[in-house]
Amino acid sequence: MIPASFAYHRPSSIKEAVTLLGSLGDDVRTIAGGHSLIPMMKLRLASPAHLIDLAGIADLKGIREDGEDVIIGAMTTQHEVIASDFLAKKIPILSETSIVIADPQVRYVGTIGGNVANGDPGNDMPAVMMCLNATYHAVGESGERRISAREFYQGAYVTALKPGEIVTAIRVPVPAAGHGHAYEKLKRKVGDYATAAAAVVLTASGGKVASCSIGLTNVAETPLWAEEASKIVIGSALDAATVKKAITAAEAITSPASDGRGPAAYRTKMAGVMLTRALGRAKARAGF
Amino acid sequence: MAKSQISMTVNGKKVEELVEPRTLLVHFLREQLHLTGPHIGCETSHCGACTVDLDGKSVKSCTMFAVQANGTDIRTIEGMAAADGTLHALQDAFREMHGLQCGFCTPGMIVRAYRLLQENKNPTEEEIRFGISGNLCRCTGYQNIVKAIQYAAAKLNGVPFQEAAE
Repeated sequence: MIPASFAYHRPSSIKEAVTLLGSLGDDVRTIAGGHSLIPMMKLRLASPAHLIDLAGIADLKGIREDGEDVIIGAMTTQHEVIASDFLAKKIPILSETSIVIADPQVRYVGTIGGNVANGDPGNDMPAVMMCLNATYHAVGESGERRISAREFYQGAYVTALKPGEIVTAIRVPVPAAGHGHAYEKLKRKVGDYATAAAAVVLTASGGKVASCSIGLTNVAETPLWAEEASKIVIGSALDAATVKKAITAAEAITSPASDGRGPAAYRTKMAGVMLTRALGRAKARAGF
Repeated sequence: MAKSQISMTVNGKKVEELVEPRTLLVHFLREQLHLTGPHIGCETSHCGACTVDLDGKSVKSCTMFAVQANGTDIRTIEGMAAADGTLHALQDAFREMHGLQCGFCTPGMIVRAYRLLQENKNPTEEEIRFGISGNLCRCTGYQNIVKAIQYAAAKLNGVPFQEAAE
């Protein structure tokens, strides 16, 4: 399978990339790790006239602290997320998520920025970023703006990113020390997208949930932030009745497709099962 | 479409070539450099038969454009054996442990296992299986592939190979 012809551009700065993006017309795509885009180009489902490779931009790389937040450069690969001791200590749900994405070869190349910016509901990081209340830095010719992950996803492959903008970094508020977390993903085989998956970050105080945030993957046209379900468990000891109520609330906001991963009703139930497991594991990790 | 000039190191040799931007790395390696070790299997980045080692990473050469590999250092199965033809420990291990049947997945398996052992000199069976989870084999059921990687690891570490009880 050979993609259609295109012109290749490899800018060395964000400014240069944004200028190119603004000057090459409508038929232009940026490429990060390329593990979503290149298969699409091979199938001719995408045939951009211009490809802007972001791999040569040093400013898009790296993981650093900024006050209470951690900033992850968009071109940081999943492999680098997994290898980061700093992230493992501060925001361990990120490495727990990265390691269930695709397979080793794809993780060496696939980037966290591509995963969040592509708008594919099958991608794992978007729901985790909603759960963590992360913010995306988007740069266009008129400068930088910040978009909440919880407001970024509008439909399958439709996001708040405007033409001419690039996601340059992800800003994640560091969860409180001692928090509990879990990402539970049901998949048919290694490398598959989720049949359903759930992300949980919670804190505990005096044997009760003090704060909780829940994200769901691949059970709707967009990743979901399960706000209602999160609220239900706050103040509880995660007893069976409360968990059941939260699962019902989470299942209610799903609207998965019936596809090779199962009928819609099954995938909704699996979202509930993944959430039950994630709550249990997060609770144990929070030590109550 | 105008061709781009690219240069890279492939199996220790400096290479300079002209490529169309749309040329995939696997096609470049096979058709321009005549290195037919990286195989074209699924073409959809699932099977890993096209795996090459690129700047210390295992990558699927069917899901990268040759222009993206400009300036990199690449190793294919053709670069595994020593210049005098002595097989790499992994190649020898796949022969000794019968780690292949049809052989189609073998170049990708060995190149991937090479990087795995660079990162983890003494992997457990579970770590090996996880480490090669991006490479599909339709013949062996993986048993002897895992055994071959264990055998190679033992040899490279200078310790005797101990076969796990079945």
